[in-house]
Amino acid sequence: MAAAAAIGMPLPRELTPARRALRRLMRRRGAMLGLGLVVFFIAVALLAPWISPHDPLATSWSAVRKPPSREYWFGTDEIGRDVLSRVIWGARASLLAGVVSVSISLAVGVPIGMAAGYIGRWVDMLVSRVTDAMLACPFLILAIALAAFLGPSLTNAMIAIGIAATPVFVRLTRAQVLAVKVEDYVEAARAVGNSHMRIALRHVLPNVVSPLIVQATLAIAAAVIAEASLSFLGLGQQPPAPSWGSMLNTAKNYVENAPWMAVWPGASIFLLVLSFNLLGDGLRDALDPRHG
Amino acid sequence: MLNFLLKRLAAIVPTLFFVSVLIFGLQQLLPGDPAIAMAGEDRDPNVIAYLRAKFHLDEPLPMRYVYWAKGVLHGDLGDSVRIQEPVTQLILEKLPVTIELAALAMAIALVIGISAGIVSAVFRNSALDYAANLFALWGLSTPNFWLGILMILFFSVRLGWLPASGYVSPFEDLRANLAAMIMPAFVLGNAIAAVLMRHTRSAMLQVLSADYVRTARAKGLDERVVVLRHALRNALVPIVTLGALEFGTLLSGAVLTEQVFSIPGFGKLIVDAVFNRDYSVVQGVVLFTATAYILLNLLADVAYVLINPRMRS
Repeated sequence: MAAAAAIGMPLPRELTPARRALRRLMRRRGAMLGLGLVVFFIAVALLAPWISPHDPLATSWSAVRKPPSREYWFGTDEIGRDVLSRVIWGARASLLAGVVSVSISLAVGVPIGMAAGYIGRWVDMLVSRVTDAMLACPFLILAIALAAFLGPSLTNAMIAIGIAATPVFVRLTRAQVLAVKVEDYVEAARAVGNSHMRIALRHVLPNVVSPLIVQATLAIAAAVIAEASLSFLGLGQQPPAPSWGSMLNTAKNYVENAPWMAVWPGASIFLLVLSFNLLGDGLRDALDPRHG
Repeated sequence: MLNFLLKRLAAIVPTLFFVSVLIFGLQQLLPGDPAIAMAGEDRDPNVIAYLRAKFHLDEPLPMRYVYWAKGVLHGDLGDSVRIQEPVTQLILEKLPVTIELAALAMAIALVIGISAGIVSAVFRNSALDYAANLFALWGLSTPNFWLGILMILFFSVRLGWLPASGYVSPFEDLRANLAAMIMPAFVLGNAIAAVLMRHTRSAMLQVLSADYVRTARAKGLDERVVVLRHALRNALVPIVTLGALEFGTLLSGAVLTEQVFSIPGFGKLIVDAVFNRDYSVVQGVVLFTATAYILLNLLADVAYVLINPRMRS
């Protein structure tokens, strides 16, 4: 490189780690397909008022359980509501639940995990025991129990899913912090007199972000399924507001004479979860080249 | 080995303590007076007074926990407000149904997951590998209640081969029992098969490039013997223990699967309890599940040490 500079040749531009990761991500077809689908669903959710062909709550007794047709592309449900419009509006509940629950898990789990990993001693012991206890309760059963005690609503379902998913983020952050805090650059930051808070926020946190991004993406997929599951059980979005899970709950009673009621909301959950899983797998490979 | 076992048992105690605190704490999430909330919609004053006395609601929180934990340690998880039966008895009544469903699901998951993982690793980067990976993605992304509805639509409504719902005890009619359980077991095992496939694939890929496998090949052994006897035996060590760790997924999945297929098991018990506001049952089921999960993890650790000679030393 020095020789190149000496003879006046332009130096190759050094890529930042983030740019390198982005390049690796863009080379993965699965991840790009996942990203495309996520963007598609976000667009559908945001544009719902303009793109849905009918009012998702409007009932019509003359159009009860109509099969897919030119007027109703995905058919109608048991009280004559347009399934396509409900699927489009349902994207809002699913995406909102995925993003909000994981944000709750991150907001609670990352600071606690950092405190446990960085401070150590009794803080770490206490946090680790509580995390073990929460992880011992199966994720959905804990979310059902929390939602049952909080009361059935989409907000409470999001809180329940967020709390139930928190221990994974606590454990991941703690493990990452334990590995990073013994690095030379952290020692150096300490040696020059930086405060613990500054070291934790400026030197440790940025270096534990990559696995958290991957986990958050995969956790959104799990949260979308969990919200659909809670709504399917009647503990999430309440009728008549549209949600893919509650649509399936009703649809299971009409499998024989109106199967289209079950096909589209289920396919939407599948595609949204698949897209986050593809994106998460791609991000893991891109951010951790050893894994790829 | 004894030392290891004692250490692991000692580690369980604080975890169980925090699990109990967590589950006891659920009661505190109820808005307003827990006795009124737990009494259900009837709000019978006698029931409210009974609950207040039963849960010592006039006493400070730590004391209430002590009373509750004492009962739990004596096997008393409280009584169901709706059914008027001890929660422990209800759980024990429903448990065999869920255990049968879980065992069948795990058997299906092991057969599909391990076979797909082996094929995927042996034929790496081939069409079979891509197909197995697609199967894993499908398994991980499909909500099992949707898969259940689709299977009912196809096998029960369209083909009329299997019953859409219901349960028959295997002691009454084994054939009818298997006919009723095969679809739910497949639905439940689907996601676990995907996880097992991914783990088997990565374990097999690691083992297939090991020196002793190369030596086995160099000796001129048949490829099938190399894969099944030399590689798979070692790759299976972590997978066997993974089975126990997937217990949580099985129970979570059972809640939804039992709901779709109307199977009167453990999962249906918690869902019915939620809708009947039978909070003692909800608490009891969560506590039982968590304790079972912790004990199964312990068994998995012990099995891992027993299977893996290196861990024994």
